[in-house]
Amino acid sequence: MLEQISRTVQIGNAKLVKELVKQALEDGLSPADIMNDGLIAAMAVVGDDFKNNRIFVPEMLVASRAMSQGLKILEPHLVAAGVKPIGTVVIGTVKQDLHDIGKNLVATMMRGVGATVCDLGVDVPDEIFVKKAEEIDADIVAISALLTTTMPAIGDVIKAFETAAVRDKYKIMIGGAPVNSNFAKTVGADYYSPNAAEAAELVREILSGMQVH
Amino acid sequence: MAEKKEFTKLAYSSVDDFLYGVSPFPVKTENGLEIGGGLVYPEVNFTLPGMAVTKDTMPEVLTIYKEIIDGVLQKALDLHQPGLVIEYETLPQMSEFPQFGIDIHKLLRDAMFEYEAKYGLKSAMRMTPNDLREINRPMILRGGEIVDNMFHMFRQSALDGADFLAIESTGGKEINDEAIMNADIRTAIFALGCMAPRDMAWLWQNISDIARETGAIPAGDSACGFGNTSMVLAEQGFIPKVFATLMRVATIPRALTALENGAVGPSKDCAYEGIFLKAITGTPIALEGKTAACAHFSPIGNIAAAVADLWSNESVQHIKLLSGFAPVVSTEQLIYDCRLMNVAAKQGHAKLLRDLLVDSDAYLDPQAYILKPDIAFEIAGEIVKTQNQFTRTLNAVRLTLDILRRGIDKKEITLDERESLWLERLSAQIEQVPEDEEEFIEEMKDEIDTDKCDLREYGI
Repeated sequence: MLEQISRTVQIGNAKLVKELVKQALEDGLSPADIMNDGLIAAMAVVGDDFKNNRIFVPEMLVASRAMSQGLKILEPHLVAAGVKPIGTVVIGTVKQDLHDIGKNLVATMMRGVGATVCDLGVDVPDEIFVKKAEEIDADIVAISALLTTTMPAIGDVIKAFETAAVRDKYKIMIGGAPVNSNFAKTVGADYYSPNAAEAAELVREILSGMQVH
Repeated sequence: MAEKKEFTKLAYSSVDDFLYGVSPFPVKTENGLEIGGGLVYPEVNFTLPGMAVTKDTMPEVLTIYKEIIDGVLQKALDLHQPGLVIEYETLPQMSEFPQFGIDIHKLLRDAMFEYEAKYGLKSAMRMTPNDLREINRPMILRGGEIVDNMFHMFRQSALDGADFLAIESTGGKEINDEAIMNADIRTAIFALGCMAPRDMAWLWQNISDIARETGAIPAGDSACGFGNTSMVLAEQGFIPKVFATLMRVATIPRALTALENGAVGPSKDCAYEGIFLKAITGTPIALEGKTAACAHFSPIGNIAAAVADLWSNESVQHIKLLSGFAPVVSTEQLIYDCRLMNVAAKQGHAKLLRDLLVDSDAYLDPQAYILKPDIAFEIAGEIVKTQNQFTRTLNAVRLTLDILRRGIDKKEITLDERESLWLERLSAQIEQVPEDEEEFIEEMKDEIDTDKCDLREYGI
């Protein structure tokens, strides 16, 4: 059954995924197993297929939507069973940066590795990153900028966390065309990722290695 | 109001006459720089290094722009360049606070005036305000502070000496971004064929009015955020190349709207749809390819130059390279590209060089294949058969699918298994689009997220 759920997520059949998840619950499978060995396992395959040029982003998005539909069914059962998501990411582009395609892709791929992602959208004021991260008790803050003139604002966001005396509570990762690892060090980010696939992998590694609070 | 033009046939009777550097309707600036009049000129664009643009940093910003423009103009002078175009494309902060953009433009234009007065270096300025309207969801297209600021910046820059007024307008982008990531050509046809032309007809009437009042030239509008975003994402392996190919073709009727409403060229450098526009309207075009690799990669580095009238670098950051600052380096590269093209033309080899530029790219990627002059004529010819932008878009996309299949059959292009699968998927999507625009609009009204998109802004 779990393998069937995984295969159905991979081909993006959301309707059937919902039915299969319901069926699996009725059959007495544990919500955690359905999530880990059905839904998240499927997205691992999809991520691997993308990384190895076997599929494009649209196929990945279809699978991601199918996974979300399955998760919706599963969520109340996960809560009841005391199963927590692997972690939560707050993501957005910095103030005055309107470029959201890359950021959206990163958010989708992060969801694919099982993270709960709160997407703040584009042109996000520094303090909103802080406010939302605090509000939802996030683990990771992911900040994106596409322009040379908006990349300095990444540093402003990090400063806002410092000013609020909550910097140490979060892992901060950054990305975007003009950004690199040196810039990440300069502005005091914890991690830099050059593309969406690596960003998602990084999130998985960070969350699996840290104490999720 | 600008008189509405209709384009019902191609501007050329033979594809052999479709060449770089010359166009049937060249455009001449006040100082006599003629685009499309026989020579290809470089168009140089540049941007700031990593820094914020605020009131506090503006003195530094102006110092950097002065350093850039002096370096670029001096390089042109040193290399005996007969003329060049500078494009100043504002960054979002410079549109939000239009005085920033106006001050930077004036500094650049004054330097250009100075080099012409002192040394006889002819140059022209293309002013391209960033279209900030996309900051709102739903977008507010036809009024408010953002629109007022944009028109103010156009007008004041023109009064300060801008020769060409251009834009990358964003109407339709609020649904198109998602369509790109989903390789959803049906939604993209709605964005590009139904929404964007309605916005552009209004926008270009206004830009043309400003140009007429100020003596500037209404130049053109690029579908950069549509066609080039697709191309770059395809280049990164995110979306299929066949989708990016269809997207390119779908941008042509949209771009034609600017020319129907007063624009006369030269079209924007990143508007690869310009090749088709030149075939239809005979107006000069700017293009970018291999020498724009400083800004983005592409599979059309040579073929893009085949019928270009201006040859651009898209944008380069002001950073120091071994030889000098990057904008100066880029200027030198563009000048040498143009020199070769112009000398080839002078010696009677323009068609030979055009064909070499075409053949070096055309058979390696479907996006390059459809830019072949003969294929561009075929697609452009289909577009001018009707006047409705939606019908033009749909027909052009359908024809392109046929052209790709024909190219595969003739073994002129190859697609891998993933791409072939998407060719069929996209064909199936297009079959779902009705012939009638009203019927299509009614279908799409039910699907569009009204939190993101208000079709009333488009008059729909």
